[in-house]
Amino acid sequence: MLTPEDIRRLCRLARVEITAGEIADVSAKLSSIVALVDQLQAVDTKGVTPMAHPLDRAQRLREDRVTETDRHELYQRNAPLVERDLYLVPKVIE
Amino acid sequence: MHSRTLTELAADLAARRVSATELAKHFLARIERFAGGLNAFVTVTAEQALAQAAAADKRRAQGRATPLTGIPIVHKDIFCTAGVKTSCGSRMLDDFVAPYDATVVERLASAGTVMLGKTNMDEFAMGSSSETSCYGPVRNPWNRALVPGGSSGGSAAAVSARLATAGTGTDTGGSIRQPAALSGVTGLKPTYGRVSRYGMIAFASSLDHGGVLTQTAADAALLLETIAGFDERDSTSLDEPVPSYSKAVEEPWEKIKIGVPESFFDEGLDADVAAAVRAALAELEKLGAKLKSVKLDYIHLSVPAYYVVAPAEASSNLARYDGVRFGHRASDATRGDLLSFYMRTRGEGFGEEVKRRILTGTYVLSAGYFDAYYLQAQKIRKLIADDFARAFREVDLVAGPTAPSPAFAIGAKTDDPIQMYLNDIYTIGADLAGIPAISLPCGFVRGLPVGLQLMAPALAEAPLLKASHHFQRVTDWHRRVPSEYA
Amino acid sequence: MEWEIVIGLEIHAQLATASKIFSGAATRYGAAPNTQASLVDLGYPGVLPVLNAEAVRMAVKFGLATRCEIARRSVFARKNYFYPDLPKGYQISQYELPIVHSGRVVIELPDGTTKTVGITRAHLEEDAGKSLHEDFAGMSGIDLNRAGTGLLEIVSQPDLRSAAEAGIYMRKIHSLVRYLEICDGNMQEGSFRADANVSVRRKGEKKLGIRTELKNLNSFRFVEKAIEVEAARQIELAEGGGAIVQETRLYDPDRDETRAMRSKEEANDYRYFPDPDLLPVEIDDAAIESIRATLPELPDEKRERFAKQYGLSAYDAGVLTAQRAPADYYEAVAGATRASPKVAANWVIGELTAALNRDGLEIGASRVSPTALAALLDRIADGSISGKIAKEVFEALWSGEGTVAEIIDKRGLTQISDAASIDALVEQVIAANPTQAEQFRAGKQQVLGFLVGQVMKASKGKANPQQVNEALRRKLGP
Repeated sequence: MLTPEDIRRLCRLARVEITAGEIADVSAKLSSIVALVDQLQAVDTKGVTPMAHPLDRAQRLREDRVTETDRHELYQRNAPLVERDLYLVPKVIE
Repeated sequence: MHSRTLTELAADLAARRVSATELAKHFLARIERFAGGLNAFVTVTAEQALAQAAAADKRRAQGRATPLTGIPIVHKDIFCTAGVKTSCGSRMLDDFVAPYDATVVERLASAGTVMLGKTNMDEFAMGSSSETSCYGPVRNPWNRALVPGGSSGGSAAAVSARLATAGTGTDTGGSIRQPAALSGVTGLKPTYGRVSRYGMIAFASSLDHGGVLTQTAADAALLLETIAGFDERDSTSLDEPVPSYSKAVEEPWEKIKIGVPESFFDEGLDADVAAAVRAALAELEKLGAKLKSVKLDYIHLSVPAYYVVAPAEASSNLARYDGVRFGHRASDATRGDLLSFYMRTRGEGFGEEVKRRILTGTYVLSAGYFDAYYLQAQKIRKLIADDFARAFREVDLVAGPTAPSPAFAIGAKTDDPIQMYLNDIYTIGADLAGIPAISLPCGFVRGLPVGLQLMAPALAEAPLLKASHHFQRVTDWHRRVPSEYA
Repeated sequence: MEWEIVIGLEIHAQLATASKIFSGAATRYGAAPNTQASLVDLGYPGVLPVLNAEAVRMAVKFGLATRCEIARRSVFARKNYFYPDLPKGYQISQYELPIVHSGRVVIELPDGTTKTVGITRAHLEEDAGKSLHEDFAGMSGIDLNRAGTGLLEIVSQPDLRSAAEAGIYMRKIHSLVRYLEICDGNMQEGSFRADANVSVRRKGEKKLGIRTELKNLNSFRFVEKAIEVEAARQIELAEGGGAIVQETRLYDPDRDETRAMRSKEEANDYRYFPDPDLLPVEIDDAAIESIRATLPELPDEKRERFAKQYGLSAYDAGVLTAQRAPADYYEAVAGATRASPKVAANWVIGELTAALNRDGLEIGASRVSPTALAALLDRIADGSISGKIAKEVFEALWSGEGTVAEIIDKRGLTQISDAASIDALVEQVIAANPTQAEQFRAGKQQVLGFLVGQVMKASKGKANPQQVNEALRRKLGP
């Protein structure tokens, strides 16, 4: 089902690290979950509209007005690393 | 004091038989005494509680009190509470202090409730046992070696042990109703969009419902009418008037038709639980309800459909936890490159179950799989919703067991995710369809609580609560408290 | 071997809304870092997007102006990827069901022909923040002020066949979004950016070649140069038997070359799915009609009208209507002056534009108002000043010396046009230049110019040149 290579690829795509020791277990568990959800394949759903939402309504629109004020001091209290009001991360190379 | 229902305490407060401060002190003392053994709390907000209680008493003296003013409650640690740690049971948010209040929190605070603390939960609401919290498992007050159910296990345990009069919770696959059933309390999941999701940290956006855990349906009604209603900050919030649920429950009983899906009563259901639920249904019949068998043809697919949609949405909702603007950041992460920064931060911050669901969600959404999984699951979802709609053309409510078994041992199912997922086999359908559902204590099996689940059509909380209230007038399961906490 | 270059442009136009597309934070450019990033823009736990009505209106306006199909129902989708300037780890965009699609614009090519360029779709999405790379000890600083600003992504069909065509198309869209007032088009501030998809194929080949994507070209010149250089690279590679790799490349203006982007070693799997925090956008016919009623006269219509109504050449009409402000200015002048529309056009395109360019001003900041210019043109039309003097008056107006009348009076610039004064001047000059007078009488026509010049000099340029000319001929004539 899901190979360790699949798991590694998913981990990279999801930016979630798991240890080499965990890969086998995750691979087995994920495979069982995929087997569970594969039950869906057997069902004929031709002509059925997918239900993205329990609500069959349209998006509400809000008026184009500025309602937010500058509260960066409060918001940045939770930030791991801020300098000169900027959030610092490892260098972004293009 | 602690055994009084919310409705009774509201009357006590109104009649000045008790003050908010006395209540707060009483419950805080109980929390100090009992909470450790249950691990129901992430944060106890004693100072704020006493301040809120004092304010509540003042407000009552000024004649500005509401029925909820002074009522001591707890909030599941998934609701943002301004200035108070909000963790979602995760290492990722262990040091996160919310800068704003969730709408649910705001509305209850405006009504004058007193927040005793934030309750423990499965990490990011992913679980059916409240074992995946980074703060350790929550214990069932009926037997501390057992789980209280999840993911709102902390709120369920707190109400069950009478450490609070009521608690808020969230229900995505059954996370209010299932712990309510396993812990012997009442748990209400309203219609999707009835309660604002603003400030309710997202797990699976199209499945998340904010709701309450209480002693009684009448209590739930009082809370619901305060938290329900349109919120312009939530695009999925329903713009529909909020009826007076607390008045609705008091209305006289009407003869209703109750549909029972016989497919629920199969080998997967514990025989004693089945018997208890059937006995509860018989009580409803005695009241004058007509029982009728209904078929929900696709309901057996609710678990697989859920385990495509929920992880998919979760994998995207949890992408924001990257250690940049808040939350956990791997300690020497900044010394590496961006990729390892993200990988290590998220690898460390999330627990196993959360990682599994993120990976599952990433998988089902990935190139080439979208049609086969996500799109297919959305179609199955439509079929399930249609099943309910069809059933509700013949019956007023659909009833059955809430959970397939009573509480199980801590650690018993943690190695087998599928086994764990099957705990939600009866509850998931209502989340997929977005219809309101409630779990009511309806008996005991081998000394452990059992829940009766009632489901109603969208926006039919009033008849749902009314039927529940009448059931609770002729039964007393909801008044039982584990002797240790009596 | 004849090669054909195939280009499609994806233009990101930042919407000129007051607030962001999904939050109530301000969108003003240049604010201090992270002072315009609300909880929604920061992707904080628990917050949710709510759609800005004006963004929807602007997208529909664009769709109507480009004859697109307006989707009665469109859906927002999440584009999932990790980047520090993308707070939620996904961008809210539109995927399968964009708000408008299947339209076109007509561009004017240098040889005078026109070409229709298809617009595949235009959809709404949110912008990301910015990374700043300087002096943070090996780290980047993230500013999220821009995160959540509304964008209209405009995707063309791969109908463009040269860098020049791409430049013309891009300018056309630039002009259009400014006309519609949905985008300020300020490329320095990043309000208008383009990505180009470039491929090559042998002439006559129906199949499209492998394409590369050139990202974030934020000037017309860079777009054209980048495409040229990339097309050349691809052709050289292909002719040498090499394979073109589908990749994203950046244009380096200093080296005038493109290079592959390092961070995109693998194609990103964006895992698009409909955003469950937002409901489908529904637009009915009534809404579309009310938006249509707010459309201004579009550039092409205006250009055609100018040519017809004012008798202007296609070229002049085109220059005046390239942007809305000059067109409005011109019409104000033409409507207020007795001078011909052609004269008005010459002055707006000529003197006025030269003065604006010299001082680096937009026409909105012109130091000469349409009314003042019209008054000036009136004085030429009634003969009270010559065209040449008028230029002097214009400069004086520009410097704020006063009104047209005041300047002419104060400087005594009124044209001399009474016969007596002209005659007197002419007689003076004839007397002072007997040789040339004799030459003219002898039949040397050219020398008249010299004599006219002398009269103009004597009159300090104020003599009416036609009258001078005529008077000279009369007095010297046979």
